[in-house]
Amino acid sequence: MNLSGSRQTLGTGASLAATLQRELLIILRSPGDIVNPLMFYVIAVSLFPLGGQADAEWLSGIAAGVIWVTALLAVMLSMESLFRSDYEDGSLEQLLLSPQPLYFHLLVKVLGHWLLTGLPLVLLTPVLAMMLALPGEAYWPLLLGLLLGTPTLNLIGAIGMALTVGLKRSGVLLAVLVLPLSIPVLVFGSGMVQTTLNGLPYTGLAAVLGALLVMTVSLAPLAIGAALRISVN
Amino acid sequence: MWQWLYRLGSPKLFYDMTTGFLPWLTIVTYFLLIVGLVWGLGFVPPDYQMGDNFRIAYIHIPMSVGAMGIYAMMACMAAMHMIWNIKLADLVARSCAALGATYCALSLVTGSLWGKPTWGTYWIWDARLTSMLILLFVFIAIMALRSAYDSENSGSKAASVLTLVGVVNLPIIHYSVVWWNTLHQGDSILGVSSQSANPPEVWSPAFFVGLGLIGFFFQALIRRTRNEILLHERRSQWVQQLLTSKQLQE
Repeated sequence: MNLSGSRQTLGTGASLAATLQRELLIILRSPGDIVNPLMFYVIAVSLFPLGGQADAEWLSGIAAGVIWVTALLAVMLSMESLFRSDYEDGSLEQLLLSPQPLYFHLLVKVLGHWLLTGLPLVLLTPVLAMMLALPGEAYWPLLLGLLLGTPTLNLIGAIGMALTVGLKRSGVLLAVLVLPLSIPVLVFGSGMVQTTLNGLPYTGLAAVLGALLVMTVSLAPLAIGAALRISVN
Repeated sequence: MWQWLYRLGSPKLFYDMTTGFLPWLTIVTYFLLIVGLVWGLGFVPPDYQMGDNFRIAYIHIPMSVGAMGIYAMMACMAAMHMIWNIKLADLVARSCAALGATYCALSLVTGSLWGKPTWGTYWIWDARLTSMLILLFVFIAIMALRSAYDSENSGSKAASVLTLVGVVNLPIIHYSVVWWNTLHQGDSILGVSSQSANPPEVWSPAFFVGLGLIGFFFQALIRRTRNEILLHERRSQWVQQLLTSKQLQE
């Protein structure tokens, strides 16, 4: 887009801004990519009272686990839109060929994706937590955990998506690849709520989730880049 | 040293070297396994608490350690494949995945058979059991990813990337479940960490079985890798010659 006008190479900052803008525009123009994972999230969470029991005591016991597991699945379902259309129209190749560092491009791409899919999911969570009768003091640890955890899940999911984008059907395979690797985020995130409900401070677990986020931010783009080069090949 | 490593990367050399070596490895493996198993299952006195159940540990513990070791080896092979593009490393990694999944599954099965009489349940969401189960999932994921690709070359590269991602992630998964829930006892058969150290006659058979299972892994790995080599080099001259000479002998 912006690149076509000038012959000179863009600076890294400008090209990253362009990538972010492009990513946000693409997602905004296909609202289904934003809305469908959220709808999945709401519907799947509301299946638990229907399939299990509807009394508040039982629900509040499983609320944190249900919300975290469903959020994980919703994030994974939303990954499909991250590389798929870019792969099909060839712009992924252009991204890999561009002179600016691929690492930051990928990071920005995932950031844009998270802003429009992960963040709304976090913002929607209090409503679902209320429907599952989560005790009041557990709202902050749940939201903070999701805020730290969903970008990590997005980055891990992006590795899986990058590995499978060249395949015709990748849905179930993506789940098989990504779900085992997402377990630490799930354990610590849902653990934050449980420790709060047991009357203990959750800051330690939040710090671990933050550390996981820092680690995936620094390492995942390398794996995503290597995987994309294989897929585009 | 690098020269030697590079030469070993040639599938033909690997095939020729293992032809002479494999029968000896197999004999030693079965010797170790038979001695260790007969000794451990037949002659070691029963435990005063667990009775004969504890004998499952002679198979269970080497299987668990083996599964983790196999993953480490597969990761080294994946790194060699990614960095130096050594094709043989990928063939070895490919053979590792199926064997690792088998060791992992057998470790889980023997563990749950031991758990029923000892803990009173086949399965419990304990840290070690859980992380072993996740290791099995990762092995399966790597195999699934490899087989999903039509192009063999891309499949190998993708599986290598996933293997290396797993290396970073598996320790984190392990510690996440350790902090989450722990019931499994520490190392007991060697008595390193427990207060009541086991006498040598209890842990000696474990060394035989352990070495035997390592040997078994390597002989199975070499056999699988030799088959993979024949399959992948089937158009090359030396394989054609090998096959025709085999046919002439028969």
